[in-house]
Amino acid sequence: MTCWETVQAYGLRSLGYGERLLPREGYDLCQQFTLIGSGLIWNIYFGVLALAAGFFLAIGLALAKGSSRLWLRKPADWFVFVFRGSPLFIQFFLAYQLLVLLPRDGIQLPLGLFTLTIGTDWVTKAWAGALLVLFLNTAAYSAEIFLGALRSIPKGDLEAADAYGLTGWKKFRRIQWPTMLRLAWPAYTNEAIFLFHATTLVFFSGFPAFQQRGDALYYASFFAGKTFNPFVSYPIVAFYFICLTLILIWLFGRVNARLNRHVPSNARVRRARLLPQIVR
Amino acid sequence: MFAYCADPKTLEGFQWLSCYLTTGTHFSFYGSFLVVLVLLFVTAPVALAFGFGGAMAARSPAAPLRWLGKGYMAMVRGVPDIVFFLFFIIALDQGFEWLMHQVRCPDWTDPIRQGLEFRVCPQAKIPPNAAPQMIHQIYNFGLAVVTFAIVFGAFAANVLAGAMSAVPRAQLETGEAYGMTQGQVFRRIMVPQMWIYALPGLSNLWLILIKATPLLFILGIQDAVYWARELGGFKSQTYSYPHPDWRLWYFLGLLIFYLLMTRVSEIVLGRITRRLTHGQATAAGEAQRKGALA
Repeated sequence: MTCWETVQAYGLRSLGYGERLLPREGYDLCQQFTLIGSGLIWNIYFGVLALAAGFFLAIGLALAKGSSRLWLRKPADWFVFVFRGSPLFIQFFLAYQLLVLLPRDGIQLPLGLFTLTIGTDWVTKAWAGALLVLFLNTAAYSAEIFLGALRSIPKGDLEAADAYGLTGWKKFRRIQWPTMLRLAWPAYTNEAIFLFHATTLVFFSGFPAFQQRGDALYYASFFAGKTFNPFVSYPIVAFYFICLTLILIWLFGRVNARLNRHVPSNARVRRARLLPQIVR
Repeated sequence: MFAYCADPKTLEGFQWLSCYLTTGTHFSFYGSFLVVLVLLFVTAPVALAFGFGGAMAARSPAAPLRWLGKGYMAMVRGVPDIVFFLFFIIALDQGFEWLMHQVRCPDWTDPIRQGLEFRVCPQAKIPPNAAPQMIHQIYNFGLAVVTFAIVFGAFAANVLAGAMSAVPRAQLETGEAYGMTQGQVFRRIMVPQMWIYALPGLSNLWLILIKATPLLFILGIQDAVYWARELGGFKSQTYSYPHPDWRLWYFLGLLIFYLLMTRVSEIVLGRITRRLTHGQATAAGEAQRKGALA
């Protein structure tokens, strides 16, 4: 099998396309790079969706946690404590057992004229169940970051907002929110990186890999188990994740630059860099 | 355990539960929590030592040593820790056996990696094939501890390197002005003062370490997760204590155990922080001083 044929056979194996069985022989570099790279699709899927959805829940949670109303603050406190205080690994196991308990043949919703049946078998699949756990988990961690940022908004900014007569939603949207994001961004970048790392846990923790469609680490441990040689497949995963991390750092760095574009110290730095050329 | 447990099928209610929760396998389950605690208390100092070494290497004036330290610190940032766990548990095992092989069978000619197998001479097996099961388990646990120490040592090295450079430069210069050597400045001025700067990072690391302990399960140790899965699974009438799938409750128990561990750690670490802040030239130290005066 040439390398190109291997790519065609296993490139989308993790999604269920191409060769039905995993390779039984060869286990050469091309095969390992292809299959592990195919698994990386799942890591990106989990990471991107959990991060995108978790972002909004996290801001809601941070606001609730910082609220003076007890009935808002207490549930948010508990939510964050449970998800930050326990291992993600246990959360996966627990969530799987909980989701399995849902009735097999769906939930019946009587809507007057007809009954709506909501299927429940899909929630125990990794793509939905694990995503739900990762979403709640990252929301809890990010909420803590955003709350910290919310609390360190300069007092002067808020006083200025009051002086201009901004209140409620307008004050949040125009003053608090941009500053909060700006202050939280470096820590949030870290959180994003570690969330992507956490996605490798999914297929080791109760959620079955349906038809051996797994993530990058699932295939890497498959190869390590078959060849009894950890020195090839794990460095390949490491390589893929280093690339992924670098891309993330670059993307978040771009956002960070945009969030900080009005901050004067930044502008000064940029001007300082341009000056020598003008002089020359 | 109790006398009335002789025939569990006739029991009901509370008596049944008291017998069920005191079976031999349940004591193994409770014992596995001790395994988790042992892992924590053995790994934490070892990882701290690894981290200290890494941080010192990263600040070394000798370039190769510095690169080594920096590389060690950088390794955990880009790659998921679980990859390292899975890697080191096999790599260390094979590495030790390879070393033993070189020492004990120098005239062995067959290649060690034959196709898909890793084959060393029988004398080089660690632990020896004939060793009792207990030795194998202890050896595996030792490997897991070293693996944890390597990975968390890298995290700790990051924290400690940051703390070392946070000690005010003027303090070190004062030491130099009094004629101390570099080593003396390091030992007498830097190390005693760096801890307060390292503490937030180390506290965080301790909490992460607690939450990483269930990964022992992936490394093949019979830990709390293993027993929760074993005991919670569906037990048919052929068992002495038949019950439906109770894994949910066992995992809920584990969750509560970890939440308690986290909460207690947070309280203890808060106390240590207050203790170490005492008399420090930081904002918190200053606040404490003013509080005491008032």
